[in-house]
Amino acid sequence: MHYLTARKRATGLGSGRTGTQFHKRMLGTSMALVVLVPLFVFTFFSGMGGSFEEVQAYFARPFPAIITALMLVVGVTHFNGETQEAIEDYVHGTKGKLLSMAVTALSYVLIAAGLFALVKLAL
Amino acid sequence: MVQFTLPKNSKIRTGKTWPKPSGAKNVRAFKIYRWSPDDGENPRVDTYHLDMDECGPMVLDALIKIKNEIDPTLTFRRSCREGICGSCAMMIDGINTLACIYGLDEIDGDVTIYPLPHMPVVKDLIPDLTHFYAQHASIMPWLETKTNRPAKEWKQSIEDRKKLDGLYECVMCASCSTSCPSYWWNGDKYLGPAALLHAYRWIIDSRDEATGERLDQLEDPFKLYRCHTIMNCTKTCPKGLNPAGAIAEIKKLMLERAA
Repeated sequence: MHYLTARKRATGLGSGRTGTQFHKRMLGTSMALVVLVPLFVFTFFSGMGGSFEEVQAYFARPFPAIITALMLVVGVTHFNGETQEAIEDYVHGTKGKLLSMAVTALSYVLIAAGLFALVKLAL
Repeated sequence: MVQFTLPKNSKIRTGKTWPKPSGAKNVRAFKIYRWSPDDGENPRVDTYHLDMDECGPMVLDALIKIKNEIDPTLTFRRSCREGICGSCAMMIDGINTLACIYGLDEIDGDVTIYPLPHMPVVKDLIPDLTHFYAQHASIMPWLETKTNRPAKEWKQSIEDRKKLDGLYECVMCASCSTSCPSYWWNGDKYLGPAALLHAYRWIIDSRDEATGERLDQLEDPFKLYRCHTIMNCTKTCPKGLNPAGAIAEIKKLMLERAA
């Protein structure tokens, strides 16, 4: 039990003076995904169904490789941001912070592994 | 952490069913949430029956009739009876609205009435709005000026005055904030649609000179950016206002000044 006034509870520690940059980044990645997702679906499925050598040759071409790389980076960055929001919404305290770090780490691992696989295929 | 079930002492039980009025032909059932802090009992839902031929057209008319003629212990806030004071906000038929302007003819079947959701209950249909009002006070709902006060009045053009339409009409009934899932989970830090609509009303006021300070105070991952554009606020507002639109305008101003 804390004897705090209602106003002090409402004000808390004041404004964090952050949030707009994150909002801007999420808007940016959303707009990029509007273009990237159809391109990725088109290029990815065009390259499917061939032999290993054909797929390797397909991803060695700059357009499918660049679209896939961009999709990986932008898509996973967007996923990370949205997941952070959901965690902040629903999981509070230490659990929330740990989960948030785990999701960020997973996102970086996904980007790194995806890019590594793409480079291996393309080169 | 989000809780998906109610604590044991908050689980709602079936309450008393009051007798039907004798000789009435047009009877309607009202299932009303009851809870008193004095008896240590769980909340319950009591069922009342009213003769609709003897009842006014609004939900508040029915509540007043129940209180006057059946059960004087039923507790609810009311004042103006015309949608101006915002006192009688409650959840009627699953919708947060004002009992005084919500017609009984808009509801099919039994009428269910609960207090505004996700707020501590003081008694029966009365939620504790202390924190909600404190959040409203925190956005400084008054004209802030630095220029010396003019001899006669602060002038405003007709165009600038029009920008306040759709904002100043808010009666602070809390229907919007209590319909917002973000406010349910993070109401301690997120200001909620009502407070943010009022914040925008002062930000956009051409006479106000504290626009930057107001935006500074709102720039926070929780105070403002917990709004996920769910739009429940706009859907439920009994005055037909658009709090989600006001929040979007604040976000646009934030982007504009960051650019």
